[in-house]
Amino acid sequence: MIRPGEIAIVGAAESTRIGAVPDMAQIMLHADAALNAMADAGLKPSDIDGVACVGPMMPQQIAHYLGITPKWVDGTGVGGCSFMLHVRHAAAAIHAGYAKTILITHGESGKSRVNATPRPPEPQSLQGQFEMPFGPMGPPTLFPIPVLRYMKTYGVTHEHLAQVAVVQREWAGKNPRAAFKDPITVADVLNSKMIAYPFRLLQCCLVTDGGGALILTSADRAKDFPQKPVYILGSGESVETTMVSQMEDFTSSRAFRVAGPEAFRMAGLKHEDVDHLMIYDAFAHLPLYGLEDLGFVKRGEAKDFIWEGNTRPGGKLPLNTNGGGLSYTHTGMYGMFALQESVRQVRGVAPAQVPDVTISVCHGVGGMFSASGTVVLSNERP
Amino acid sequence: MTLEPGRPRPEPTPETKHFWEGTKNGKLLLQRCGDTGRAYFPPRPFSPYTGTRNVEVFEASGRATLHSYVIHHRPVPGFKPPYAIAVVELEEGPRMMTNIVDCAQTPEALVLDMPLEVAFTKMDDDITLALFRPAKGA
Repeated sequence: MIRPGEIAIVGAAESTRIGAVPDMAQIMLHADAALNAMADAGLKPSDIDGVACVGPMMPQQIAHYLGITPKWVDGTGVGGCSFMLHVRHAAAAIHAGYAKTILITHGESGKSRVNATPRPPEPQSLQGQFEMPFGPMGPPTLFPIPVLRYMKTYGVTHEHLAQVAVVQREWAGKNPRAAFKDPITVADVLNSKMIAYPFRLLQCCLVTDGGGALILTSADRAKDFPQKPVYILGSGESVETTMVSQMEDFTSSRAFRVAGPEAFRMAGLKHEDVDHLMIYDAFAHLPLYGLEDLGFVKRGEAKDFIWEGNTRPGGKLPLNTNGGGLSYTHTGMYGMFALQESVRQVRGVAPAQVPDVTISVCHGVGGMFSASGTVVLSNERP
Repeated sequence: MTLEPGRPRPEPTPETKHFWEGTKNGKLLLQRCGDTGRAYFPPRPFSPYTGTRNVEVFEASGRATLHSYVIHHRPVPGFKPPYAIAVVELEEGPRMMTNIVDCAQTPEALVLDMPLEVAFTKMDDDITLALFRPAKGA
């Protein structure tokens, strides 16, 4: 059995620039972040013996491009939370002795589309047969499909869902790298352009270019690296369906309810131990589902928890402190950026640093409630 | 009603062919688990509840309620915005994505849990979509 704190993150970095980076192909966004993470850890490509990145044929592309000869690879691609799963799988691989030093990379030319991955669902796939004919066009039309049911079930108002974006902008205002920093109000959100009712522009994530990378090794080796180790206390993963129309319960994510509690169980963690929280916010409803499905509040209580200021700067549970996918950056697979912010917070070097963070929980979603991964990080080894 | 050209066209596979044959002939065909009796969708030749291959195809009533939706405001080939992308809950239990026709595409007209009925809508000689409209007499 892997023990809490047995594996650590010893290198972490984002690409040098995020936002609009039209002068870099997607593969170079991976490499730029990987080189930055290796510099952060004081490593060269020849020191890396394991590689993880998202999707078919990708580990070999990235390993070859960077000049790495891996003896362990992982191409798990379940959407934007794939990196949480990579962290979990890499920790298991290091524990098993399959590799010593593992590099996880992300790069996505989501905005500029230079060497970007095409992703139209095949007309023979179940989504191609039973969702695409009815007019969805990307995540803004699919991810919010369950929202009206959630609103009716728990009495959630448009104002509640606008407040999510308002609070995250407040955090973004403290982060020089955030795409949007100007304060907004609930009225600003509700007057922004309608995209797919009930969601307006300011409740939908950004579309940007960028990358990020992480380097993991055993905690015993971690103390010899230049950065303070970030210990992995626990993790969880699950998947539900590629079709949002087929999720079991429109008011809760089954994948969240599996991944989150498993990470808490592994870490031996209670909710009151958590100092800092990231919940992948592709759209404004995700922090609400995440707070409830991870058990920070009861079902239906997240709307008031956010409205009352608990997740804003100075609140008791700082949430999405980089500004999130709504205001910081969102390349298409934002999970890597949520992990980077958790690492910064437990290292104590975040732009909007929360005082005295010991434990951060980082929760990701993939596809439209299709997959989930949760990672618990700490600067203390239990 | 007739569909505008440009809508993505589904391509049946051996596992879903009966469903598309059904809609072409004005029937909404679901499958039922031989172990539990529960209906399921999308089509597959085994039960997602127990794994049994003992399943049967049966004709659904075509009655449903509106479970959730979005109203998309941006242009998409084959659609005139704003248009609703909806999920309906069939009387037999399964849910499916669809569009709601013969109804204003507004939050005021599209009320959650409103009763609906299937409206088979021909896309071409081989493909007919199961759209839904407000139930008559409701």
